[in-house]
Amino acid sequence: MTPLIELAGIHKSYNLGLANEAEVLHGVSLTIDRGEFVALIGPSGSGKSTLLNIVGLLERLTAGSYRIQGEESSGLDDAGLTLRRRAVLGFVFQFHHLLPAFSALENVTLPALMREGRVTAAQDERARAMLAAVGLENDMHKRPGELSGGMQQRVAIARALVLEPPLVLADEPTGNLDRASSDEVFVLMRRMHAQLHTSFLIVTHDPRLAARCDRVIELVDGRIESDQLATVVTE
Amino acid sequence: MLNWLGFERRVAVRFLREGRMQTLLIIVGVAAGVAVVAYISALITGLQRNTLEKTLGAQAHITVSARDDVVIPALAAAADTTALVHTQPRVQRPRSIANWQSLVPVLEALPAVAAVSPMVSGAGLAQRGEASRSVALMGVDLDRYDRIVHLRSKVVQGEARLGPGEGIIGRELADDLGVRVGDRISLVTGSSTDSLRVTALVDLGVRELNRRTVIVPLRAAQSLVGLPGGATGLDLALVDVWAAQGLAADLAQRFPYKVESWQEANSQLVSALNAQSVSTALIRGVVMVVVVLGIASVLVVSVVQKQREIGILRAIGATQGQMLRVFLIQGAIVGALGSTLGVLLAVALIKAFTTFVRGSDGLPLFAITLAPSLALTIAGVATVCGVLAAVAPARRAAALDPAQAIRL
Repeated sequence: MTPLIELAGIHKSYNLGLANEAEVLHGVSLTIDRGEFVALIGPSGSGKSTLLNIVGLLERLTAGSYRIQGEESSGLDDAGLTLRRRAVLGFVFQFHHLLPAFSALENVTLPALMREGRVTAAQDERARAMLAAVGLENDMHKRPGELSGGMQQRVAIARALVLEPPLVLADEPTGNLDRASSDEVFVLMRRMHAQLHTSFLIVTHDPRLAARCDRVIELVDGRIESDQLATVVTE
Repeated sequence: MLNWLGFERRVAVRFLREGRMQTLLIIVGVAAGVAVVAYISALITGLQRNTLEKTLGAQAHITVSARDDVVIPALAAAADTTALVHTQPRVQRPRSIANWQSLVPVLEALPAVAAVSPMVSGAGLAQRGEASRSVALMGVDLDRYDRIVHLRSKVVQGEARLGPGEGIIGRELADDLGVRVGDRISLVTGSSTDSLRVTALVDLGVRELNRRTVIVPLRAAQSLVGLPGGATGLDLALVDVWAAQGLAADLAQRFPYKVESWQEANSQLVSALNAQSVSTALIRGVVMVVVVLGIASVLVVSVVQKQREIGILRAIGATQGQMLRVFLIQGAIVGALGSTLGVLLAVALIKAFTTFVRGSDGLPLFAITLAPSLALTIAGVATVCGVLAAVAPARRAAALDPAQAIRL
């Protein structure tokens, strides 16, 4: 079976051709299959976020190959990347990154709105169901500013999952939350994973959370240091 | 197409609503600009229309007359010789337009022509008792002439009527000769003498004209001037006064007559009007540039403020084109709202002008109104300006690197 995503020999340099050129990723190869729940850990500056951005098609790689569902993505232009991103990916960011001018429900219907120019009754229904699934059925008309950090992150998860993408990328999804909220959000992601069979790739530096993932990839200095089942990692 | 640009419109409106104060200020700014443009346009249009009405009220848009008599050399100069000719100009005797009776229906059939009126004009003396005044004699068909200069509306005393032996004279001439409606005066020309009964006094708007005008039936003028059956000129009124110059040139080519448009007869006025139009256009242009710069600067700031949101939208699947359009639509909305407000403001200004600015007689100086078509045009232009102003900021928004924008 074709893997969901397949990175081979990924290099990423910034300031290419300038005096301060710096290579951040030195030949990363990585495969994630449908339905996996993967943690990406590593010290600050190890290139985790860069790798996540490359997987998320937000940054271009300098060298190497990146196949999504068997299709090469490294040569795509901006429009091609955007369309691929729409089709395959959902995002959850550290600082929630909801649009402050839109209510929780509107934030969740945004992906559908930007695809078709309108939100059908079915899509609206689906968005409400997602918000209910993340426990926000009573707060869906509130603006992000009126919600707690944990609640905002739950809205972000609902938004990432509403169109059921095969892969959700999360960049420190609990990094900005207290322990209780952080647990809540993590449990929610695991539940969604179980329900929808969505693959998750979660960047975290919280070993406690990493230990609760199925697979942990450790990145050190732009190289993969280890890639193993989570049970092996100890707290 | 209810969902046309649905995403872009929604996001644009929300972005504008989010930046409440900024949005409000720029809309008010656009409104002020549009109001100035609309008000000045209406004012100048009103002023020019008023001036034109005063000028054209007493004259035809185009006059057709016989060509001037010129001296034609009996012997053409040989090709390689230079002729130094001393020629006495010909006397311009009163001459009739050849064949004018058949020319009238031809001119009337032209779609641009609203009315045609034959006229016999000449110089004479109006006498009553010991008073004698030199006058410009005009023989017309009253109904036709009325359609050229609206003579009936200019009657200040009596009732316009031009039966045989009747005439209409200017108000000042009546004072000079000491006549009232119903009195008789004598008319003397080089070739003949006649008397007429004054049926009405008219005010043509210009004192000098009032002092010299005597209007008589066509037939009476023909015999006074010595042109039985003739007409010295044809007066034309046009549907569109600004078509006069083009039509005059056209007619001059087609017919062997002298054709003069009102612009040629009033070239100073026309150049003054032109100067006015040019300065209005300049003011409009400058104001529009200011409006564009205002909208652009607000949107540039907004793009910087909204970098993170733009990054999020790009990450969750918005294309560069969609981001571009989000900001173009913001420009259009600001332009459209601003111009709507601006037009309303202009209407209020015009109302204030017509209420407070009055002539010495207590009547409004002249009517100024904002034509709906003008208001629509200005609003349309302002909206287009809004979109144009948004181009640079929108391109910036579209070009933002989503990965970088999110990190901020």
